[in-house]
Amino acid sequence: MKWRYFKQNLFLGVVRLSALTIAISLGGFLFYIFVNGLGAISWEFLTLPPRDSMTKGGIMPAILGTIYLTSGAIIIALPLGVVSAVYLNEYAKQGPVVRIIRLGVNCLAGVPSIVFGLFGLGLFVVFLQFGSCILSGALTLGFLILPTIIGASEEALKSVPQTFREASLGLGISKWHTILRIVLPNALPGILTGSILGIGRAAGETAPIMFTASAFFTAKLPTSIFDEVMALPYHVYVLATAGTHIEETRQIQYGTVLVLVGLVLSIDLIAIVIRSYIRKKKRW
Amino acid sequence: MVAVQNNNIIETRNINFYYGDFKALTNVTMEFEQNKVTALIGPSGCGKSTLLRLLNRMNDLIDGTRVEGEVVFEDRNIYDPDVDPVEIRRRIGMVFQKPNPFPKSIFNNITYGPKLIGVKNKSELEALVEQSLNQASLWNEVKDILGQSAMMLSGGQQQRVCIARALAMKPDVLLMDEPTSALDPISTAKIEELIEELKKDYTIIIVTHNMQQAARISDYTGFFYLGKLIEYNLTEKLFTNPEVSQTEDYITGRFG
Amino acid sequence: MSRKLKEIIIKNIFFLFALISIFILGLIVVFLFREGLPIFKVVSVKDFIFGNEWYPTYNPPDFGIWPLIVGSIIVTLFASVIAVPLGVLSAIYISEIAPPLMKEILKPVIELLAGLPSVVLGFFGMVVLAPWLQETFDLPTGLNIVNVSIILAIMAVPTISSISEDALYSVPREFKEASYALGATRFETIAKVIVPAALSGISTAVILGMARAIGETMVVLMVAGGAAAIPESIFDSVRPMPASIAAEMGEAPFRSNHYHALFATGMVLFFITLFFNLIADYISTKFKEVGSGTL
Ligand SMILES: Nc1ncnc2c1ncn2[C@@H]1O[C@H](COP(=O)(O)OP(=O)(O)OP(=O)(O)O)[C@@H](O)[C@H]1O
Ligand SMILES: [Mg+2]
Repeated sequence: MKWRYFKQNLFLGVVRLSALTIAISLGGFLFYIFVNGLGAISWEFLTLPPRDSMTKGGIMPAILGTIYLTSGAIIIALPLGVVSAVYLNEYAKQGPVVRIIRLGVNCLAGVPSIVFGLFGLGLFVVFLQFGSCILSGALTLGFLILPTIIGASEEALKSVPQTFREASLGLGISKWHTILRIVLPNALPGILTGSILGIGRAAGETAPIMFTASAFFTAKLPTSIFDEVMALPYHVYVLATAGTHIEETRQIQYGTVLVLVGLVLSIDLIAIVIRSYIRKKKRW
Repeated sequence: MVAVQNNNIIETRNINFYYGDFKALTNVTMEFEQNKVTALIGPSGCGKSTLLRLLNRMNDLIDGTRVEGEVVFEDRNIYDPDVDPVEIRRRIGMVFQKPNPFPKSIFNNITYGPKLIGVKNKSELEALVEQSLNQASLWNEVKDILGQSAMMLSGGQQQRVCIARALAMKPDVLLMDEPTSALDPISTAKIEELIEELKKDYTIIIVTHNMQQAARISDYTGFFYLGKLIEYNLTEKLFTNPEVSQTEDYITGRFG
Repeated sequence: MSRKLKEIIIKNIFFLFALISIFILGLIVVFLFREGLPIFKVVSVKDFIFGNEWYPTYNPPDFGIWPLIVGSIIVTLFASVIAVPLGVLSAIYISEIAPPLMKEILKPVIELLAGLPSVVLGFFGMVVLAPWLQETFDLPTGLNIVNVSIILAIMAVPTISSISEDALYSVPREFKEASYALGATRFETIAKVIVPAALSGISTAVILGMARAIGETMVVLMVAGGAAAIPESIFDSVRPMPASIAAEMGEAPFRSNHYHALFATGMVLFFITLFFNLIADYISTKFKEVGSGTL
């Protein structure tokens, strides 16, 4: 009998320890980045472009570039994702076709980000001759986050009670109007939270934009979607591996990392908070 | 077996209904008279809801279902390929077992359908809301809170909002699937009264588990067992002097 | 009739859009092949995959990606050794043991961990973990298999943990209650009833976590050290496939053999991850149909 409880306690200990390890990794990591990065953050750092071959100055073009790329990605992925999800959840009958589409979504979700980068290079930059620019990068990122959006939208659509659909259809309202007036409005908060998570993902990705959108350095700000941009994640990579000035720019590196992490995690946190709020206050 | 005159509004003819391979209804032929209340009774799983949902093609929404036979409404088989189920559902409204108002205001719940079929005029909509709520004998209770969410109302009030919502589409027939089973006795009494009132203008077909209810409010009653219509008769006759022994066993509570 | 027609048209438009994911997958294959296949005019498929020498810029160049594949496999395996226990055990903790408040804290923690940009983790590996490893173990470089495996594990843990947790959560309560009612301890119930019932979900989680690790780019690019040779110790540097693609694409002349070889490496990577995803999908659907008959 003692042995049974000893085993149990040992197990509980190990399990708690692993959860603790994860929490501490995140906490320690954030603390470290915060402490080291905070010194770099200033109004100038956030609003000025880099100077002296990026050893001084700010990161404003990279922040702006990330905002452009991410907005572009969500503009592309949101409608496609929502429409796909509506088909899968509202129209499709269970069968081989839906099975294959779902498999496709899952497989797309698993494609490595560097492969998305190659794909964007091959299709948008080379074949369609957009060149390396905001448009190519936003399209690549948009396709990358498409499965995230589809998944979140499907979950949101599933959470709309079946009785709402029946009530509307039972009144003699067409399926399309039912979806438009009842299903989508009720799923909207969930869809939006999912999209916010997609935005967070897009903002942090580096590999897909390395060959499709990111400039090592551009002093001028983009004037059209056919311009190259700097982007925060790529800027971190460039500074950290630049070779000649690595030690000199440490402060800027930490600052950029802090801005990037702060941006991405606050986006995620917003989504998480909204989601738990929606779940709690759900009236049905 | 049935003694109704020929002012039937809907008839089913030799209906067989399948959920995939499972046959839920066998050879059901039934006529529903205009401006009467017809009750469908029978033990759980005997196919009452299936039949009801068949009458306005709500079963279309379930994958893998199949219908054989005809449902005739106004001289037309509603399962003909060129019939639009949306049109049918406008003419044949439905009230569900659990109250299912939309998470909208009371006003918008009721105007939801009319707006979508093109009623835009504000005063017309207001008149329609008042009329429907009056018909559902809810007007006095909610006339000052029309802007509030329908989800805030009591279960019985919610169910009457759903009835008013269905009535606002001006249907000919109202299908009700155990409309009071989720309600308290007082709300139930109110809805029964309401049904009595509504049959002046509408044909009502109601599924119920409550035999007193069927006896109280209906003119005709059909008893189902294992997907078959066992007996269909005037309510009075069916409850006092049933023709089939199975019916008698059921209404006297010897099985079920 | 016209409304019916409209409904049918709408449905079909939605259907076409729903095909977009498959369409993109198709496009990915097409464009990887288009830019990657030309390399096989220079080198055979066998020599490309199993060739031991990756010297794409030498004269004459060597295009053998075997060391890159081995690098990918090794870092993925070592990362799994760390991430699988951590991920599964934390899922057990969250789903079965943690008090509600802990749950409310840990679930977002895992989600935020999943949201950390990989370039930032790579940065952390470079500036913190690498110097520490180098000093502690007196190594020529801290950018090595150990370092990259630790960082990759951090990236894979959220995937493994959240999918496992879903699987554990969906084990019916009756199972658990039945087990407790028979006098089993919590540990016995978890080990003998809950985990076996969730096993297919947990396997899916592990496979997807590994797929995440093998496809991860920035971490291996920044932390793996970059040596394109078969490693001999866990403190050696490696050059996994994504690192090679990301590092060299910028310098490879447009449509040179080197450029084509990098696309072909992308093809290999794509098909490996596709394979992982298909297996994960197979496991999860197969057991969904049978129910949790793994008890
Ligand atoms: N969506 C469905 N898929 C498969 N079978 C179904 C479905 N809905 C109902 N059935 C089956 O069809 C039969 C009739 O069901 P129905 O809902 O019509 O019964 P009911 O008489 O309304 O019962 P209750 O009084 O419990 O509501 C039952 O055996 C049921 O299991
Ligand atoms: Mg029923």
